[in-house]
Amino acid sequence: MAETKTRNEIRFILNGADVALTDIAPDATLLDWLRLDRSLRGTKEGCAEGDCGACTVLVGKLSAEGLVYESVNACIRFMGSLDGTHVVTVEHLRGDGEKLHPVQQAVVDFHGSQCGFCTPGFVMSLYALWMKTPNPSDAAIEKALQGNLCRCTGYEAIMRAARAISSYGKAAKDPLAVERNDIAARLEALRDGARVEVGSAKQRLIVPADVDDFAAALEKEPGATIVAGSTDVGLWVTKHMRDISPAIFIGGLDGLRTMSEADGVITIGAGVTYSEAFETLSKRIPALGPLVDRIGGEQVRNMGTIGGNVANGSPIGDTPPPLIALGAQLTLRKGKARRTIPLETFFIAYGKQDRQPGEFVEAVHVPVPAKGTSFAVYKVTKRRDEDITATLGAFHLTLAKDGTVADIRIAYGGMAPTPKRATAVEKALIGKTWSEATVEAAMAEYASDFTPLTDMRATAEYRAMAARNLLLRFYVETTGTKAPFQVSRNEAA
Amino acid sequence: MNKHATPNLKAEKIVGGVATEQRHDSAHKHVSGTAVYIDDMPEPAGTLHVGLGLSKVAHGTLKSVDLSAVRSAPGVVDVLTHADVPGANDISPSNMHDDPVLAEGKVEFYGQPIFAVVANTREEARRAARLAKIEYDELPAVIDIWDLDPVKDKQVTTPLILKRGDAAAAIAAAPRRVKNRMWLGGQDHFYLEGQVSLAVPGEDDEVIVYCSTQGPSETQHLVAHALGVPSHAVTVEVRRMGGGFGGKETQANQCAAIAAIAAKKLKRAVKIRLDRDEDMTATGKRHDFAIDYEVGFDDEGNILGVDFTYALRCGYSADLSGPVGDRALFHCDNAYFYPAVHAKSVPLYTNTVSNTAFRGFGGPQGMVGAERVIDEVAFAVGKDPLEIRKLNFYDPMDAIGERCFTPYHQRVEDNIIHRIVAELEESCNYARRRREISAFNNNSRFIKRGLAMTPVKFGISFTKTEANQAGALVHVYADGSVHMNHGGTEMGQGLHLKVAQVVAEEFQIDLDRVKITATTTAKVPNTSPTAASSGADLNGMAAQNAARQIRKRLTDFAAEKYQVPLDQVVFLPNRVRVGNQEVAFNDLVKQAYISRIQLSAAGFYKTPKIHWDRSKGRGHAFYYYAYGAACSEVSVDTLTGEYVVERTDILHDAGRSLNQAIDLGQVEGGFIQGMGWLTTEELWWDDSGRLRTHAPSTYKIPLASDRPKIFNVKLTDWSSAYEPTIHRSKAVGEPPLPHGMSVLHALSDAVASVADHKICPRLDAPATPERVLMAIERLRREAAKPA
Repeated sequence: MAETKTRNEIRFILNGADVALTDIAPDATLLDWLRLDRSLRGTKEGCAEGDCGACTVLVGKLSAEGLVYESVNACIRFMGSLDGTHVVTVEHLRGDGEKLHPVQQAVVDFHGSQCGFCTPGFVMSLYALWMKTPNPSDAAIEKALQGNLCRCTGYEAIMRAARAISSYGKAAKDPLAVERNDIAARLEALRDGARVEVGSAKQRLIVPADVDDFAAALEKEPGATIVAGSTDVGLWVTKHMRDISPAIFIGGLDGLRTMSEADGVITIGAGVTYSEAFETLSKRIPALGPLVDRIGGEQVRNMGTIGGNVANGSPIGDTPPPLIALGAQLTLRKGKARRTIPLETFFIAYGKQDRQPGEFVEAVHVPVPAKGTSFAVYKVTKRRDEDITATLGAFHLTLAKDGTVADIRIAYGGMAPTPKRATAVEKALIGKTWSEATVEAAMAEYASDFTPLTDMRATAEYRAMAARNLLLRFYVETTGTKAPFQVSRNEAA
Repeated sequence: MNKHATPNLKAEKIVGGVATEQRHDSAHKHVSGTAVYIDDMPEPAGTLHVGLGLSKVAHGTLKSVDLSAVRSAPGVVDVLTHADVPGANDISPSNMHDDPVLAEGKVEFYGQPIFAVVANTREEARRAARLAKIEYDELPAVIDIWDLDPVKDKQVTTPLILKRGDAAAAIAAAPRRVKNRMWLGGQDHFYLEGQVSLAVPGEDDEVIVYCSTQGPSETQHLVAHALGVPSHAVTVEVRRMGGGFGGKETQANQCAAIAAIAAKKLKRAVKIRLDRDEDMTATGKRHDFAIDYEVGFDDEGNILGVDFTYALRCGYSADLSGPVGDRALFHCDNAYFYPAVHAKSVPLYTNTVSNTAFRGFGGPQGMVGAERVIDEVAFAVGKDPLEIRKLNFYDPMDAIGERCFTPYHQRVEDNIIHRIVAELEESCNYARRRREISAFNNNSRFIKRGLAMTPVKFGISFTKTEANQAGALVHVYADGSVHMNHGGTEMGQGLHLKVAQVVAEEFQIDLDRVKITATTTAKVPNTSPTAASSGADLNGMAAQNAARQIRKRLTDFAAEKYQVPLDQVVFLPNRVRVGNQEVAFNDLVKQAYISRIQLSAAGFYKTPKIHWDRSKGRGHAFYYYAYGAACSEVSVDTLTGEYVVERTDILHDAGRSLNQAIDLGQVEGGFIQGMGWLTTEELWWDDSGRLRTHAPSTYKIPLASDRPKIFNVKLTDWSSAYEPTIHRSKAVGEPPLPHGMSVLHALSDAVASVADHKICPRLDAPATPERVLMAIERLRREAAKPA
């Protein structure tokens, strides 16, 4: 094996300028760096946890589709993760001559700003949307803005502006579109295949050259913090001031950013973001599309990974319950050794997963539900979008020809210290006729499967009741009637 | 480069006068990130940063405070405690002396600031603040108010009682009666820009504090008080805030005082910017209320007598809780006439953060109580709540009879709620949709729809009479350009723009000739906080007064110079007609300057007519009322309590709006904020008294996707303030917020459908999916009970 080169600086493009940093801490955030080191103060801090979008900037990265610009939260984005990217802040937006950019002018003309503090973030989110979708539907605009909070306008004026952007200019003539090839070439030139190591002693970061290099680095330093999307690790730093050194940034590793399907099983590399997984998942397992759309805001989905959501082990992560219900498997790797386990066995107890020191989650394998089976997932939250689960239920039903339940896998989040199967409920259903009477009898079994807690998201009573009722919802949805059984923001086409 | 167009000397109208739609003066800076907020200002060399040390218990005495590790942490320059406060350790805005800058001897809520670390960087300050070793002797803590006794338990200030007629007798004699209680949660402001101050020390005892504050004068006075210097030593300046909503009326003062104390002590510029969690933990919010009500009514649904007790969670100190409770009582009638009424406030002490002003200032809470009473009556007599609402309205302004007296004995003289409700009922097809929803619900097992229309009548004026004054400073420079300053602050509401429109109108010059400048106590003294929706009413008048003084001097000058009678001097767009000739405004100004005419004026205004005797509960508390109505439709999932707002229609009265675009934004934004308050925004304290919803991850304000799917908002195009307000416009900051009640009541209506609209859902707020589901379950249980 050829020896990996090592480089001691982070290199990326900021707006128009090349940047090389040899002295940057593993926990330095893009937001602080922009505001404090570069005096670029158009990007604001509203929450420092990726929930308000005031700090939204674009990060352009090379991917299979070429150079893609995505909105991200600068407040929880670490500098180490920017190697080889193009960072675009609000200061970079410009129109013809002295004019404002079309996105900016639309927001001005439609009175889309009041206090103005959230506005640069909205402008950047709308900019990212407009580049991809110049004439978006209201649903697409709302989705793009799920991660942006405005407390003044009530959003209506921003929506009016967003609908009108294309009447102010053409996305194809936007500077980022015009300069795309140039920027892509500059980013390509930054890819030297080297491992990046910056800092020393207590402040150290590593960007591995590739997955093998990552495996080797982690094996050598099993105590290192693995950072993929940093949508959780970011808060360890901004909220809890935890020390994450040495940090290994894996979000840019192509080898972890692959998705493939073979024999009815989709394999999702641990570095695949929610946004990257969305298209395949929503096509192959349609129930997962609307779920992914309700995880975080667009910025978080552009950063956060399914692998991270699993590896993190949180009882309120949204992907483990449906993946468990689907019978997903997990590949863990340490050095060159790999093992594959059923996902549900990965979650041992609160804060404890079946991951050895030096080991990492490499991929998740998700079986596509067989034809004739039913699969659904329901997330219950206080606020519909960009909220953390109170209870989330996933159901995967196989009916026998005689109308009895041949198999059912039910898994929940928010109901126990880990994502957890409802085995007693399953048992009460299997072999029985799939009828409302059977379902009602099984609903009594929730009490033996779950003893949920009361916290700021919901009381134990509510969690128990809503969780039970989700089974009834699943039942009626599988009985084929056309009546609506859920409230929805966007009517089915 | 001069970007300003040459004034058009032939124009028929100026660009940007009053009653025109103008874009926010800073909009182009907002979108490009060039609008400067306090944290964006270039820091003076050597600026230090503050991190706060907060209490970890809800109530206790400070047994020992060991800050040695804090002091020796990297980058730390100093650590301040109450002992470092050179003047009074007191920033109570209500003269109650119950709000220390830094805790002294005891702490009274989880999150109370105990010490302030000053370090070279903000990160160093924050890190160091965590190293303190503090021991407490814990005392029993009172967190919730639900079980408190309105008579025996501790109160932070004097309650108010309003009464007219003999409510107890009227209720006792009424054919029907209902008595119950409701819970109404508080609300965090969630301004996107958190609390921030930058203090720059000057010579002698001087200090300039750049502070994100709605009340620069009060910040100035309290900083001076804490520094132990006269107010003249302290200058407070703010160009704009990233949102305020009442949360920076008094809550900015603590940060300002800490920064100023540190800056004076260390002789360096000092900045403090709270992290979101600290901001939400350590600064006050909208008051939660427990509202007891008893109503007597007849079989038709006419209210005969009402008794209310509004208990409010004040937190550990008075702050503005007294007047907030007062305003709740002032709005316990909403738009309804009560033949007999008794209402009292109970401002309860709790070991939680001291609650404060929030858009509406108790008024919305008062109205929510009134609307619950309406609901109770409607369910009791089996009618659509809208019928009961209309039945009980105050007399309309064109047919005032006996039904015009408020619980505080003010005559309602400008009531236009009948017309507003009638127009909205028509335009939103209320009756047809009511039938359609009924049919839908009969055919839908799990999804239920609900519809409700709620009115708003909101009283405009500070109830603290002396606050109803304002000042402005206008300079006309020799080139004819104008510098405009006033005591109001800009927090996104477009106040500066509106006042500039007023000034442009007076001089008949284009709006871009009027320069908007930062609010500073050095230019206009003794100002009132920009609050109570009063910003444009007060400051617009004061600026108009200043402009008129200068215009008068210019008129006198022109008449004399050109030897024409005064009435032959007429201000036309960008020019002045003097006799038979027209002189460009700029030229006239230059001539006036050469002739040594004073081209600067201080303006002043005080609201006429108002008076209020709190001890008697009587007075003309409000100069006028603003009105509006909203109708919302929701879909509720009765399996989980989840819901969506299908449609909202609003018709709102801004009088003759100074700027319809700005006012529309206030109505839309106010509604969504009110909806958030009553639906998904839930403040949740754990048993130790620690607020656990202290960031957007846990505290859920509405998103774009929470807007009503159909959202029709209109301003009345026919209304005009009954009193001579600034160009007959009406205040528009707070009045739209309670339109959010229409969503609460639509949810209630959907819930009621599970028991055939026979049981009042008594849906408390915030009506989270959980509360909705629990209400559904209760109704199902009660409906299943044998009669």
